[in-house]
Amino acid sequence: MDPARFFAASRVLIVAGKGGVGKSTMSAALARTAARAGLSTLLVRLTPGGPISRLFAQPELTGLEQTLSAGGGPNGDADVRGRLVTPDEALSQYLADHGLARITKRLVSTGAIDVVTTAAPGIRDLLVLGRVKAFEASSAADLVVLDAPAAGHAVSFLQSPTGLRGAVGAGPIATQADEVLELLADPARCRVMLVTLAEETPVNEVVETAFALEDEIGVALGPVIVNGLVELPEGLDGDLDSLVAANAPQLSATDIAELRNAAAFRLRWATRQHEQVARLRQLLPLAHLTTPYLFTTEPGPTELEHLSSALTVGIGELGEDDA
Amino acid sequence: MSSLSSLLDERSIIVCVGAGGVGKTTTAAALALEAAQHGRRVCVVTIDPARRLSDAMGFDPDRAIGNEPQQIDLAVPGELWAVMLDTTTTFDALIRTYALSDEQAHTILTNAFYRNIADSMSGAHEYMAMEKLYELHNDDRFDLVVVDTPPTSNAIDFLEAPDRITQFLDHRLYKILVTPSGGLARVVNFAAQGFLRTVARIVSASVVDDAVDFFASFDGMEEGFRGRAVAVHNLLIAADTAFVLVTVPRNDTVQDAADFIGTLATADIGVDAIVVNRVHPTFGSHRLEGLSDGPLGPFIRALHDSQAVAAGQDVILESLTADLPAGAVVKIPFLDTDVHDLDGLASLSQWLTPTEDVSHN
Repeated sequence: MDPARFFAASRVLIVAGKGGVGKSTMSAALARTAARAGLSTLLVRLTPGGPISRLFAQPELTGLEQTLSAGGGPNGDADVRGRLVTPDEALSQYLADHGLARITKRLVSTGAIDVVTTAAPGIRDLLVLGRVKAFEASSAADLVVLDAPAAGHAVSFLQSPTGLRGAVGAGPIATQADEVLELLADPARCRVMLVTLAEETPVNEVVETAFALEDEIGVALGPVIVNGLVELPEGLDGDLDSLVAANAPQLSATDIAELRNAAAFRLRWATRQHEQVARLRQLLPLAHLTTPYLFTTEPGPTELEHLSSALTVGIGELGEDDA
Repeated sequence: MSSLSSLLDERSIIVCVGAGGVGKTTTAAALALEAAQHGRRVCVVTIDPARRLSDAMGFDPDRAIGNEPQQIDLAVPGELWAVMLDTTTTFDALIRTYALSDEQAHTILTNAFYRNIADSMSGAHEYMAMEKLYELHNDDRFDLVVVDTPPTSNAIDFLEAPDRITQFLDHRLYKILVTPSGGLARVVNFAAQGFLRTVARIVSASVVDDAVDFFASFDGMEEGFRGRAVAVHNLLIAADTAFVLVTVPRNDTVQDAADFIGTLATADIGVDAIVVNRVHPTFGSHRLEGLSDGPLGPFIRALHDSQAVAAGQDVILESLTADLPAGAVVKIPFLDTDVHDLDGLASLSQWLTPTEDVSHN
């Protein structure tokens, strides 16, 4: 499938996954991939920190929109911009939008804000989703990529409008909840992409999360990203001893042992991952995109391009119904 | 100099801290199992364990978990017990303990606003993990309690949770809303009424009513709650309590871990040991140059890839572990440690307390 069409299928893309699977890195890579396909992209993160600033070699995200990678160039890339949306900021914005700016200070200074958010749990999540909906409506970018809270939390995060809808009766929060529910339920406006690793526990959790999101929220799911797949160099299963004898007889016994161990480790690793990918395929009827394991502990812009290229290739190989 | 092994033998509380997704729950379970191997009577408090781990530890997922310790059937010199933390049940028990009457407890427990606090208020899980720890520490059946903590990326949240929730329950808003002369009558003072109406516009009137009712019915319990929070806090900073930080050798995670250590230090809490999960193996350190393009290419590439990761993770971990004695830093190798049964836990626990020979390697 053409990447530009893939990313144009819905303006909001929510990226979710368990902690440690590379969810934020994949959010960045998807944003960059969309920009390479010509869609201007806004990357939204909910908590400070994380790998995004390193991947783009830019300052930490703040509440002010910044350019993460400028478009242009020979291939006609679009911009990736990024910003932080914190629940506190979303709440202040909401109050200001409803003519309540003057009480914001008092709500905070008396601690009443804690009472409000406890009285209506999920209100912070709902207001954050409300901000995302506003970005969608403003047409400020062709695509909004949301780096969602870690899975488990992702389900309750996306359930917030449903939960609040029952609790608050009529009023502005109820309206907000209805509008967010409409957004989540419309596959032409919003999709969730789940990220996992090819390991037993992450596979189990992504399957659980996928069914919870579909059954309890009814949000459309895009392909699952299986992150960190180790590439297996062709020929690694060859006979090392005869290869050494024929090509590098100078190697010491220690060198040969290191080569043998490293190759065995790599093979075992790839085999384990392969089994888990097969298991995921069996358990979850969604298309897969895969991204390679990066043999570096400090990923930066080079690695981001590498991941983005892998996603571009993977999306190109998807069927027309897999968006 | 205390090694992780001696912590397991000597301390009475071990708190496992760290970000989400680093294997904290599994590590807590393996530490507890290893301490039981050492002959101690251990209870591990786990939070939301992955399904297969909880099955392996003997939790029945279809049964309403009683929030009470269950002994795990094991042939070990000591004993291993496990509790799966249930935040709301623990919170309810705390309310019953400090309510002045059964009636007061009942009023609070059925209040919608209270249910929100117990279910989903931020910090509630952290606080209840600590509360459970306090309860089990005072239980004669156990001489070591190992507690897993919720995946809090911010150490402040975790340390301040008891204080924060106690302060919330003893809320200033309540003082503003209800006149002190009111006695039993809940008189909302006049000046606050306009403000309340505005708040009711944001949420709804019934939600505000629930909150006011809650604070009114909580009246008189503040002191007991505060005292308990102080006791829990004191337990955390006691010399008998060890903090074990769990991490993985990834740049952003290690950065979070370093921040975590810094924050704990401001509260006079030192990290006593670090467990690094998912450590990439090291296959020598010198590169074999000039062979990459030949028939040995695939082997050379596999070797160099692994060497690059191993070198990178050494650099990243160096700053984190420099201040700790060698035996207090334990590295768990990647690949052989996807633990989902008791045998897996047992093999993991062997890595946690290596014999002298191995640790000197």
